[in-house]
Amino acid sequence: MRILVLAFTAAITVLASTTAQAFCGFYVARADTSLFNKASQVVMVRDDDRTVITMANDFQGETKDFAVVIPVPTFIEREQINVADRSVIQHLDAYTAPRLVEYHDPDPCYRYDRMEMAAKSSALPAAEDARERDAGRGVTIEASYTVGEYDILILSATESDGLIRWLRENQYRIPDGAEAVIRGYLRQNMRFFVAKVNLEEHADLGYSYLRPLQVAYESNKFMLPIRLGTLNANGKQELYVYALTRTGRVETTNYRTVNLPSNTEVPEFVEDEFPQFYRAMFQRQTDKENGRAVFLEYAWDMAWCDPCAADPLSSEELRKLGVFWVGGNDGRAALKSSQAQNVYVTRLHVRYDKEHFPQDLMFQETGNRQNYQGRYIIRHPFKGESNCDMDQYQASVRERQEREAQTLASLTGWDIDEIRSKIPFIRYAREDSKQVPWWKTLWD
Amino acid sequence: MHTLFRNYRASDPRYYQIAVLTCLVTYGIAVLDFGIHWYNAIAIAVTAQAVQFTGSRISGTAFDARSALVTSLSLTLLLRTDSIALAAAAALIAIGSKFVVRINNKHIFNPANFAIVSLVILTDDAWVSTGQWGSATIGALALACLGFIVLTRAKRAETTISFLVAFAALLLLRSWWLSDPLVIALHHLQNGALLIFSFFMISDPKTTPNSADGRIIYGIFVATVAFAIQFIWYEPNGPILALILASPLVPVIDAFRAGPAYRWIERPHSKPTTPIERMSKPKGAF
Repeated sequence: MRILVLAFTAAITVLASTTAQAFCGFYVARADTSLFNKASQVVMVRDDDRTVITMANDFQGETKDFAVVIPVPTFIEREQINVADRSVIQHLDAYTAPRLVEYHDPDPCYRYDRMEMAAKSSALPAAEDARERDAGRGVTIEASYTVGEYDILILSATESDGLIRWLRENQYRIPDGAEAVIRGYLRQNMRFFVAKVNLEEHADLGYSYLRPLQVAYESNKFMLPIRLGTLNANGKQELYVYALTRTGRVETTNYRTVNLPSNTEVPEFVEDEFPQFYRAMFQRQTDKENGRAVFLEYAWDMAWCDPCAADPLSSEELRKLGVFWVGGNDGRAALKSSQAQNVYVTRLHVRYDKEHFPQDLMFQETGNRQNYQGRYIIRHPFKGESNCDMDQYQASVRERQEREAQTLASLTGWDIDEIRSKIPFIRYAREDSKQVPWWKTLWD
Repeated sequence: MHTLFRNYRASDPRYYQIAVLTCLVTYGIAVLDFGIHWYNAIAIAVTAQAVQFTGSRISGTAFDARSALVTSLSLTLLLRTDSIALAAAAALIAIGSKFVVRINNKHIFNPANFAIVSLVILTDDAWVSTGQWGSATIGALALACLGFIVLTRAKRAETTISFLVAFAALLLLRSWWLSDPLVIALHHLQNGALLIFSFFMISDPKTTPNSADGRIIYGIFVATVAFAIQFIWYEPNGPILALILASPLVPVIDAFRAGPAYRWIERPHSKPTTPIERMSKPKGAF
């Protein structure tokens, strides 16, 4: 029996990290989607009513068992479905991922002015072939297509129980509670898009994974149906939504969209534990919002980045994701392929389940073009030779290290003493003189 | 001072509105951090008072800062923009519309509503964030709103109540028709922006019908249009758009159902004696 996977789950390979230098710190590491299990990634391109959705999954079982049912707001023709290149989504993930940056303190004896500059910069705001009818069940296969390695059926139905029966008879496994949700979608005139893997095509194409599915349609509903996905899921699921628009940030209208804490200084050891840090911080922020918020991880004009976790996407890559207003056959646009224009990206991260997210996600595009990025900073103290009194500098570093420990504890909920034990606190002369009695070294 | 106190005791509901809205603005800026800029709040407040003052001088009416302050606070809470110039323009449009767009000595549009819809339609740089209050805040907000009803002894509250009851009934009907669980309809109602709209915008006694049954009909009409915008045409901000579409109906309803025009302060029958009392004597409905 085929397994009906109603929620998309994402497969991400960890990209080799590249180091980039920029004004907003030296890029060290990023928290991409591979940090979280059961993560789906959806790219939504939206301008007026035109929508292109790309869905990536990390289905781990046998490809013959893969099938997915997706509600879509309109009838879909063959040309509206496409299979995308996985690497473009991986690039988008890397470009928008929360990042760790580092600064090295300069020699305190000569260059205090530079430290002030660095402190200022850290405070900068970041950024159809055959039609079949089965009148008895009220289910109509409006179209069936083979696109890439997928066999796709567009179904419309008059009664939800007919559709459920059809899916079950065709060996799709349907979770309990699906009937009521499907009935609701049918009454809103939504169609169902069923995709399963065509094993012959899959073998011919030679991919070892399933490529993302894309669908383009025109509808005034700017939404993502997540309710079916909450029915068969074990526990909470991670969803990343990358919205690509012309004007500005995208936010949810029926759930709170919250900026994750950003531009904060954390202890140096976070460089080795960045994934653990990010997971703990995300969990804590989710708990703080009672599990009911959508989090903003990145909002930036696609033309640039600072610091760059990866280069911005080219016009060609954006076009592959469905950004229809860039590139095209315009030769001049192709020339500017490395400098994508007029595309604003919003990366949203949501951890959801049926209890906390009873409704589908509804979105709106706003005029907010304020750049935002999840950016965490480590500062390495100056450890070189110096020829002046370092007391004042060392005291300030000591204070900073304690402040960083407290910030980390409050962001992640980690034990403060454990954090302190991992920090190589700077010892400075004045402090040593307080702790060691003067007479201890008198007759050495 | 004594007169001021007496004016307060004359149960002008705007004092309570100002207090609640100020708390909400402070909470929004300091705790929720959902995109209200303090400098926009100041630009809106200053512009609104300046326009109110100028408008009062030109029309020859007494200057009253209270209504303009309520409008400023509503605008600050509901309108989002990164441009301080647009924030000031919103205040100008809002208060300006009170003096310009008038029928039967009554202004047609709720000032804040008129400014929000104008800017959202005319520019790409202004929007309304309806989902940003979060579920944790809703309980306290609902309580503050209910407090308003109790404090004003439900005077002129028919519009708010009929709007909320009709909107909730339509949501429940939709849930039943779609076989949705009840929690979805409740989730739609637990919306901070919806509560602010219901208690601080549609409730405006100056832009609602004069008769009680007229106000009930009006509330139900706004709820029906809002529901259609949001759940048939799938556009966000249903209530705010519905109110501006329904506003021109108020003079029509007034023509058929007569009632006393609203005065913010219940006046004692004695003649005004102090300058402040003379100033607060309503000459025109601003």
